[in-house]
Amino acid sequence: MAEPPRVDKPADASSSAASSSAAISSADLAWIEPQLVAARPQAIAALTRYFRDLDTAEEAFQEACLRALRRWPDQGPPRDAPAWLIFVGRNYGLDQKRRQQRREPLPEHDDLIETAHGEVQMIEALDQAEVRDDVLRLLFVCCHPQLEVPQQLALALRIVAGLTVPEIARAFLVAPKTMEQRITRAKRRVAERNIPFAQPTADERTERLRTVSTMIYLLFNEGYSASAGDHQIRTTLCDEAIRLARLLLRLFPDQAEIMGLLALCLLQHARSRARLDAHGDLILLEDQDRGQWDAGAIAEGLVLVEKALRRHQPGPFQIQAAIAAVHSHASRAEDTDWQEIERLYISLERLMPSPVVTLNRAVVVEKTRGAAAALELVEGLREPLDGYFHYHGVHGALLAKLGHETPARAAYQRALTLARTPAERAHIRQQLERVGKKLDEV
Amino acid sequence: MLYSILIYDSEAVVEARPAAENAAHLEQHIALQKTLRSAGRLGPVARLMPTTAAVTVTQNRTAKKAGKPVILDGPFAETKEHLVGFYIFECDSLDEAIAAAQTLPLDSGALEVRPIGWFEPGVLPTATSD
Repeated sequence: MAEPPRVDKPADASSSAASSSAAISSADLAWIEPQLVAARPQAIAALTRYFRDLDTAEEAFQEACLRALRRWPDQGPPRDAPAWLIFVGRNYGLDQKRRQQRREPLPEHDDLIETAHGEVQMIEALDQAEVRDDVLRLLFVCCHPQLEVPQQLALALRIVAGLTVPEIARAFLVAPKTMEQRITRAKRRVAERNIPFAQPTADERTERLRTVSTMIYLLFNEGYSASAGDHQIRTTLCDEAIRLARLLLRLFPDQAEIMGLLALCLLQHARSRARLDAHGDLILLEDQDRGQWDAGAIAEGLVLVEKALRRHQPGPFQIQAAIAAVHSHASRAEDTDWQEIERLYISLERLMPSPVVTLNRAVVVEKTRGAAAALELVEGLREPLDGYFHYHGVHGALLAKLGHETPARAAYQRALTLARTPAERAHIRQQLERVGKKLDEV
Repeated sequence: MLYSILIYDSEAVVEARPAAENAAHLEQHIALQKTLRSAGRLGPVARLMPTTAAVTVTQNRTAKKAGKPVILDGPFAETKEHLVGFYIFECDSLDEAIAAAQTLPLDSGALEVRPIGWFEPGVLPTATSD
């Protein structure tokens, strides 16, 4: 099956369009493609509910897109592009089924289109609540608990965001063929799990929203952690995660945690220009050129944090977004309100107790109450975090700061064995060198 | 006469538009602003944040709590296109106002040209968050 058109791949789209019709002008593509990409989540979700099968839904959507590329340049855009695509896709899918059953010839395309324009009104009457649950369900389908996280992300990128398999393969550093197989396997697994199509109960909806929000944040992090993969595709992952978060918030506008999720992604993404140096190495928050931060993304993130806090339904995303907001408010690193950040970490720990959160708080405690207090906090975490790179990195830094060079070196050496990326290893080696020099002086 | 151009678009489509495309759009906007500014006829111009940043203040119309304001998250109307920005400018005729609107990008959505009944220019300096 040909890949559906993508915004950033005009060449692909024109070739897939050309395969079944006359070549489409790039000017027409420019306005049609964003419509198709934007309609995708809602259209695939509705078609999946209709056909109860992801593959059929994808194929029907693909066909509807090809017809849009053929018809819209002459006819102009339909009043409601998603409704048009759903309707045409649905008719195509039905005809395919009928044809398989009775081997009847397909009606002419023109008949389909006429019908589509005549009955679009009916689809527009689709309950907005149904659209919400459709899209949420489609996202939830990708979060199958038996799928590994990278598989969940690949599935969401393919089905909901509509990224091409080669693009997804590039993001996860595997061959396109391998990724194709992974996605096929993941789809099969997803198909085995019967998620009811009936309207979810309020509790089920809350649970789905939580699961899907987590998946979107993991997707964002996959792009944000500059551990591997080329820079461009990683930025695409962040952009797609933000697009999904926006989609979710548009559908569920009063959900404080989704506001928090979107705010968190925006506030972190705002720093992306400032966080890598010319060699692609990570620049720590304190050393970043804050003039490079994206002021537009920060302004929007701050508004969303404010909006979320008005609802008085605190959650982990909101608190993490609030922490990012405090950093954004400081135009210089030394202006950071560390007291406020420590308070926020304490709330986060209460809501989501985890040794990793405590470790993060310890880093803040060093700023508010000094290295000794931070070290005390960190040493209580050895047991749960002994296999965690950052634990030993932070531990080593605090020991070094307090002048305990020998144990600091041991901590750094342990960190070195746990480092996962060249950047992490390079950073620890630097610290080891510094500690080594101090020891030589003695 | 003062006119406004109200820009409506689907936010999902705007988000799906490639960055290069958006940059080209911006150039068209800058060109119109430059023309109007040099003629001394440019009023306030705004690009609004996405509706996900919006709150809507309305009234509770149930008998029990009638008259009490209600604050809802999100935009006022659940529509496919939202108000995403606007221009206020001076023109001699509706034709001229329509001609100005026609210089703006229109890949999706619509531009509403509406004459202004009352106008207060305010005292704010130019502000931008990008």
